Amino acid sequence: MWNSAAIRADFPILDREINGHPLVYLDSANTSQKPREVVEAVEAHYLRHNANVARAMHTLGAEATAAFEGARVKVAEFVHARSSDEIIFTKNASEALNLAAYTLGRRLKPGDEVVISVMEHHSNLVPWQLACQASGATLRWFDITDDGRLDLEAAQRDGLINERTKVVSVAWVSNVLGTINPIRQIADWAHSVGAIMVADGSQGVPQRATDVTALGVDLLAFTGHKLCGPTGIGVLWGHYDLLEQLPPFLGGGEMIEVVRMEGSTYAPPPHRFEAGTPPIAQAVGLGAAIDYLNRIGMDALAAHETEITAHMLDGLGALDGVHILGPAEAVDRGGAVSFVVDGVHPHDLMQLLDSRGVAVRGGHHCAAPLHKRLAVQSSSRASGYLYTTPEEVDALVEAVAWGYDFFNSRARRSL
Amino acid sequence: MSVEQLYQDIIIDHYREKHHSGLRAPFGAEVHHVNPSCGDEVTLRVSMDGDTIGDVSYDAEGCSISQASTSVMCDLVIGRDVADSMALFDEFRDMMESQGRIEPDEDRLEDGIAFAGVAQFPARVKCAMLGWSALRDALIRAGVELPASRDDKE
Repeated sequence: MWNSAAIRADFPILDREINGHPLVYLDSANTSQKPREVVEAVEAHYLRHNANVARAMHTLGAEATAAFEGARVKVAEFVHARSSDEIIFTKNASEALNLAAYTLGRRLKPGDEVVISVMEHHSNLVPWQLACQASGATLRWFDITDDGRLDLEAAQRDGLINERTKVVSVAWVSNVLGTINPIRQIADWAHSVGAIMVADGSQGVPQRATDVTALGVDLLAFTGHKLCGPTGIGVLWGHYDLLEQLPPFLGGGEMIEVVRMEGSTYAPPPHRFEAGTPPIAQAVGLGAAIDYLNRIGMDALAAHETEITAHMLDGLGALDGVHILGPAEAVDRGGAVSFVVDGVHPHDLMQLLDSRGVAVRGGHHCAAPLHKRLAVQSSSRASGYLYTTPEEVDALVEAVAWGYDFFNSRARRSL
Repeated sequence: MSVEQLYQDIIIDHYREKHHSGLRAPFGAEVHHVNPSCGDEVTLRVSMDGDTIGDVSYDAEGCSISQASTSVMCDLVIGRDVADSMALFDEFRDMMESQGRIEPDEDRLEDGIAFAGVAQFPARVKCAMLGWSALRDALIRAGVELPASRDDKE
């Protein structure tokens, strides 16, 4: 049984009033709010157990190391990795994707192809542009259909994935359109030509139970702060056999085996990819967030997310002058709902909604090429999470209708 | 500060009407400025007539604040000499950065005083400055000698 009141009580920030209205936080695809126990876990780490990891031999060092490596085990179990050695901690999903693009990019040469999609977040786009520029490889991408799904037919027809393809990297769930992409199908296609399959799980992992084997990918990037964890901690999961073959990303302490002035050897994964002091307290916080989400249950959370999304699509879809980007039904669809409102720029809408306590994001959501492809300059995006209620969605819909009138009826009067 | 005070009728009117919009020739320089965080963008051309700004023409897309501010700016500077236009630039910028502490001079800024309320919303100041920054850049690129400004240090 989904206990909305109990869940909301875990998030003190939801009690806030903004501009005289109860906060309606619908910007969770940007960053999620944090339950009290995550904040307390970070606090307890700093106040009771703080020390550096791995290299400090005293009691606190052992405690900090156990907490840090314990978080790695929790993350591994959360995504059903075979071993915690497959979990690389980074500072965010962007760094995880840069790690993937840099290390895989070292193998690329002119004539090779990398395939992404036009719906990617800039963090799964720019690193591959850099890798292609450095190696002379060619960047290609999936287009989308009018309803915001990957155009698999066109890709098949054009031979998008072929014997020259070395890497395919696609978002599991779009941060703008909400589309859930058929990662397994694309992974099988990539593997049939010997390519490595990477997925950006930034939106998918917080919303769905994750099984890296079922997804069929070789590398999966995601971030802690979108799944109730702290900022400053991201994850790259990788198949161990692949990680073992990859060169280091950043050099420094902790990633080495033997260092001589003439040259060094490197630690095995995952430490090979974790140069310097890692985000220790943040990893502990992420572990606490995973404990919290496991108690809620990811399948129950996903069902709630689908329900909220459907309610949002119904409510916004029924308004005059509102156009939803991406799939109009909550089928194979995550929790981000982006839309444009006739006569109201997303910035202005965001401001109007904020005056009523409703927090949404306006702009291109770090997906400028996708907006160009959709022929819209920018959009507004509402995104709920486990703490979102149907009443909050109603408040959003009412505020959007008011915002439309605010601009359009006044403009008509004054002309 | 309510949104009604922020979005005054003057701003909504200029947002709808966009005075002097459309790109015109001939022109001395053309620039393209964007706010990367939000996607406001403007392509702006300036044409000089001696020491006077003969014409400012533009093609812009963005929020009501950026669009209305550019429209008001064109009303103010077209036909005005460069030195006084840049003095207006400084006055407008000072008002925007004052967080509401500077009482604007209506005789000088005309419809521009409607943006005094925007100064209360730091995230929107960049929107209001977009057209003005583009104008200053276009004048420099057109080879016009500008009086010293705080912007020169940036």
